[in-house]
Amino acid sequence: MSTKPRTLLDKLWDAHQVVAETAATPGILYIDLHLIHEVTTPQAFAELRQRGLSVRRPERVLATLDHSTPTSPRDQQGQHVYATAEAAAQVEQLETNCMQFGIRLHGWSSQHRGIVHVIGPELGATQPGMTIVCGDSHTSTHGAFGALAFGIGTTEVGHVLATQCLLQRKPRNFAITVDGKLAPGVTAKDLALHLIGKIGVNGGTGHVLEYRGSAIAALDMEQRMTLCNMSIEAGARAGLIAPDETTFAYLQGRPQAPKGEAWDSAVATWRELHSDDGARFDRELRFDAADVRPTISYGTHPGMVTTLHAPVPAAKDLQERRALEYMHVEAGKPMTGMPVDIVFLGSCTNSRIGDLRAAAELLRGRKIASSVRMLVVPGSVAVQREAEHEGLDQVFRAAGAEWREPGCSMCIGMNGDIARPGQLVVSTSNRNFEGRQGPGARTVLASPLVAAACALAGRIADPRDYAMNGTEQAA
Amino acid sequence: MKPLTMIRSRTAVLAHENIDTDRIIPARFLTTTQREGLGRYAFHDWRYRADGSLDPSFALNKPNAKGCEILIAGRNFGCGSSREHAPWALLDYGFRAVLCSEIADIFRSNALRNGLLAVVLSEAEHKYLLKHPGIELAIDVAAGTIELPDGGRFRFEIDDFARHCLLRGVDQLGFLQQHTAQIDAFEARRETRA
Repeated sequence: MSTKPRTLLDKLWDAHQVVAETAATPGILYIDLHLIHEVTTPQAFAELRQRGLSVRRPERVLATLDHSTPTSPRDQQGQHVYATAEAAAQVEQLETNCMQFGIRLHGWSSQHRGIVHVIGPELGATQPGMTIVCGDSHTSTHGAFGALAFGIGTTEVGHVLATQCLLQRKPRNFAITVDGKLAPGVTAKDLALHLIGKIGVNGGTGHVLEYRGSAIAALDMEQRMTLCNMSIEAGARAGLIAPDETTFAYLQGRPQAPKGEAWDSAVATWRELHSDDGARFDRELRFDAADVRPTISYGTHPGMVTTLHAPVPAAKDLQERRALEYMHVEAGKPMTGMPVDIVFLGSCTNSRIGDLRAAAELLRGRKIASSVRMLVVPGSVAVQREAEHEGLDQVFRAAGAEWREPGCSMCIGMNGDIARPGQLVVSTSNRNFEGRQGPGARTVLASPLVAAACALAGRIADPRDYAMNGTEQAA
Repeated sequence: MKPLTMIRSRTAVLAHENIDTDRIIPARFLTTTQREGLGRYAFHDWRYRADGSLDPSFALNKPNAKGCEILIAGRNFGCGSSREHAPWALLDYGFRAVLCSEIADIFRSNALRNGLLAVVLSEAEHKYLLKHPGIELAIDVAAGTIELPDGGRFRFEIDDFARHCLLRGVDQLGFLQQHTAQIDAFEARRETRA
């Protein structure tokens, strides 16, 4: 065994290499956990059928329904109200595929159904040291646990189903070190948007981002997931955070986490999962957490960001001019004060219990603006139940927001939850691409706190202008 | 996958930077369970107006873009989601190659696995192609060259394995299955350790 200092990525890669890569051929990488959902798998199962293949390790596959599923309650006949017959057929197809290939599906009747990147960690299926893939780019979320987790295409979904392996070349190492402390009211979402603004939407291409430093260590697991989730928005293959006591505390006792002696031995192994002193990174970036302020997007990709009160930067090229036009945003003016039509609290980025608590805290005892429609979509049935147990659903409803069923919802708008052309959506999701939330819809990415403040004001607003516990600090 | 050796075609140019996969095929068309016939959704919200009519001002709707098999796109093409529906839609629409100065990782991997040649060129070469829409190119996958009408020639790099697969139409799942013994051994090794 070589004693050369290794990065966390190096260690994860080495431990899963079935066949090493050469100039002529990519390596063969073993996959520990394969997450699947209804949208990116039907063609892969069709391929297996056509070739007469079975699923190699069905127990390493975790399936759920999230993208095409309605977030409205069942109708009076107890039926789900799908946006289209095709969406219903897609869901039924996954139900059939899971049954025929022996895969456990967290479907409609499961207490664990939810957004695939919310339920993996929640179940304790996501664990340090694993390789995790899914036909979904936000698989980077699971890197928060010190797992190498990345999105793949449908052809590769078929490869993993049939062989539990992928043909891969190793990505490069990019260390992002954030020291210092985030100011109160500044969240991992702001940190992620700040970073993408710094390195650009292609700044991470070909790399795995390893987040390090005291500000990262201070984040709780949900915040770490938010940060790793957004790694793909910088073009990175994955995000990574070395596991620590925070990680172990989160996982202990979860349904699929190791138990008893197995737990102790797992934790001992997990403690080795960090970049060694002196390990070489291909690129490095360092900044202070104190530089990060509440950050929102103003353009049509997640690299076009600004802080709440700062003037929107002048367009550097035709591209950016078009984006400002599409967004109806004027350079030189701040975003604050812009009228808001919809507020969406949800998505694999920000739909966990901590996100809902943060927003509810601001909304408690207040009413959202009458001009605003606010959708609150918990990330999973478990988050939904926990929030209801805490009475958060009542806080949202009393404020005038819609408390909906779990799913991807308006992040991707596949299930009928969309905005009308021209409407401005303040969204806690991850992508503000043109038309992402419906043709012609305008998206402003924000943290749950900022989103809640916008719902109250009916305009882009600063949560720091609202004191907690229902007393207005400033008008 | 059919072998891909030579492409001779005029180019169509979409100069926009950061064309994301939602732009290539909007998410509302992903409820399909098929991979065929997605060409009608390629760049849907650019090709069609809100009322469903063709937008004649969009580059691909212009008469000279008809039949072009080579797409020259602005920097960072294919960013965003992992949907393989993006290369499926482009191939079904009729494209066989995308040339760009930078291409997002997952899109590039998906494209190459489906026989859509996704190639990164230098900034200068990319700029030249963006500025000369509609020129006839001859792309030789084996040689890694692009011939220009004036006799000029660009060279491109492509992963050796990806090139091999394109040229022979290699079935990558079949290739993986040839390593079943190594995969078995890997699993056995790990189980004894645990």
